[in-house]
Amino acid sequence: MESRQPLESANRLAENIVYFARALRTAGIPLGPGSVLDALAAVQAAGIGTRDDFYWTLHTVFVKRHEQSILFDQAFRIFFKRRNYLEQLMGMTLPQVEGAPQNDAQEALQRVQDALFQSEKLQREVQELELDMRQTVSDQEVLQRKDFAQMTAAEVEAAKRAIQRLVLPLDEVKTRRLAPDRNGRVMDMRRTLRASMKGGGDFIDLKYLGPKTKMPPIVALLDISGSMTDYTRLFLHFLHAVTDARKRVHSFLFGTRLTNVTRALKSKDPDEALAACTASVLDWSGGTRIATSLAEFNKKWARRVLTQGAIVLLITDGLERDPDDRLAFEIDRLHRSCRRLIWLNPLLRYEGFEAKAKGIQAILPHVDEFRPIHNLDSLEDLCRSLSVAGRRAMEGRALPQSAAGKAA
Amino acid sequence: MATSLKPAGVPDSIDATLELLARGQYVGDRALATVLFLALKMGRPLFLEGEAGVGKTEIAKVLSETLGRRLIRLQCYEGLDVGAAVYEWNYAAQMIAIRLAEAEGAVDRGRLAHDVFSEQYLIKRPLLQALEPDPAGAPVLLIDELDRTDEAFEAFLLEVLADFQITIPEMGTVKAAAPPIVIITSNRTREIHDALKRRCLYHWVGYPTAERELKILQAKVPGIGKKLSQEIVHFVQKLRKEDLFKSPGVAETLDWATALSELDTVALDPATVSDTLGVLLKYQDDIARIEGSKAGELLNQVRAELRAAE
Repeated sequence: MESRQPLESANRLAENIVYFARALRTAGIPLGPGSVLDALAAVQAAGIGTRDDFYWTLHTVFVKRHEQSILFDQAFRIFFKRRNYLEQLMGMTLPQVEGAPQNDAQEALQRVQDALFQSEKLQREVQELELDMRQTVSDQEVLQRKDFAQMTAAEVEAAKRAIQRLVLPLDEVKTRRLAPDRNGRVMDMRRTLRASMKGGGDFIDLKYLGPKTKMPPIVALLDISGSMTDYTRLFLHFLHAVTDARKRVHSFLFGTRLTNVTRALKSKDPDEALAACTASVLDWSGGTRIATSLAEFNKKWARRVLTQGAIVLLITDGLERDPDDRLAFEIDRLHRSCRRLIWLNPLLRYEGFEAKAKGIQAILPHVDEFRPIHNLDSLEDLCRSLSVAGRRAMEGRALPQSAAGKAA
Repeated sequence: MATSLKPAGVPDSIDATLELLARGQYVGDRALATVLFLALKMGRPLFLEGEAGVGKTEIAKVLSETLGRRLIRLQCYEGLDVGAAVYEWNYAAQMIAIRLAEAEGAVDRGRLAHDVFSEQYLIKRPLLQALEPDPAGAPVLLIDELDRTDEAFEAFLLEVLADFQITIPEMGTVKAAAPPIVIITSNRTREIHDALKRRCLYHWVGYPTAERELKILQAKVPGIGKKLSQEIVHFVQKLRKEDLFKSPGVAETLDWATALSELDTVALDPATVSDTLGVLLKYQDDIARIEGSKAGELLNQVRAELRAAE
């Protein structure tokens, strides 16, 4: 099986793997020099048999997440087709890149091609629609990338300062892990014995354990449709601040489709983070399809991010475009999957606001808490409600409602 | 099962790895054989991710059977700590030892401390067991459903997986003579940290193709008729394309096939499908969606396809 390559071609192999790794890195798969060394070791171990084996050998080492698989696939095809490298090495004909790539592969292909050939990025045609959608719900999906520069400088500064001032929530849940605790209930035999051995075992100094607490993950679902335009920027700053301060925060934006912006928000600099956010979203200020977006979240993400007692912040005005009754079903499922569902609604600021819209009526029975969020004061309120004391107050208040919701 | 197989040596090529899997009745594809071969050859942990019920845990079992190694399983859960995963002292025995020493009088304290924290009083948990030398060869260590535990435990695993050694403060460092074969599985209910993944070889275990699923079915449920097995596989493959909350895995296919053969079914019909749907689908909404007319519709498609293929 082992095919001995001449030294020169072995060197070329190493060189090509290094170049290939660099291409992958540019295409967005984070790879360190360690991975390149691993890849060389793996190729040496497996030997170069067929193209498929070579493919899977590199795949094993370079791909660390399922979603990177598609990028790798495209990069592999392009890289080794262009260089005709495998062809020379193995003396076998390479299959041409088969037909048209799969539809969801299209985007990955574009990214890989950009990375490999550094071509000018195609400027997508941006449809500009100047509509005042504050009190209307747009029927149309507006593929529009909105620039945060539209926020006035004064606004940005005010918001930033205020968000920095916010005391970030410190809600804590008990975990099943135990930690040393003077007032704990469980005896810690390990520490007890160790401590008593210090004195030679003459007297036994009892040590205790108590439950350890930690902050539960937060999952934010932010509506970025036209009717929410005035608030989204502010909320994004808020989400960035929360992401910065806590370990486990997942953020999703939705209008007509769902986008995960968790990684974009991880950037330390708020401006960079928000720019990355805008760049990854295609449906700014379009219509709202809450049910569709929630369905996508429930199906694709709920099981991945709603573990360990997550709190869900649903930020939307509840003005729904989807005509059918799926919203009640989806919001119910979301409610059952998380520990606490908080609905933040900017419409609540209007005096005498009544839940007349169908969407609002569908959501309302299934949330644990419903609060206004339209200015910095309400953000502060939210922080208070996320704290331990806020939770206790909330639990007392919302119990009958959520009990009714679960029983239904 | 385990006794009937003659233990084999570690495979020396990808083809040999495929054969090894086949001997353990595991129908895997070449991609899996490649990653498995590399993990064995390079002595690196193998990180398997995928939906529930696609046969991730089974890989470790098959490996231990065919290679004749001991299988050590660490099932992860929330709150898993060092006491349950690595080692624990036998406190009761230690206490008695201390009392006895006192009763005898003239206690040499330094010596007592040394005696009490010796291997005699050590209870070894899976991770420590996996580092022990074994005449049959290094054991297979299965760390199952790592996503169920928390980040703190993941961080602890880093040391173990990088150097295959564990430090016990009272005794010193225990290092494996031969590194165990480590298989880590995750259902992806949360992302595992990149630092851990970097130390492993990664493989995504997906749903099998119809052809492969048919082979799996024939290997695992031997008594089943050819026609029924084809219908089952095609029906399940169709279900996976439906918009379901949880698609059925291979484990569900096998359960269903077993259930149907217990019911003496020869061919699928809509009534039987609706009655036994609970074996395949585990969410009430999914069942309500497929039950009745939809099941009949899918079944008709399956039959038409099978007829066309004949």
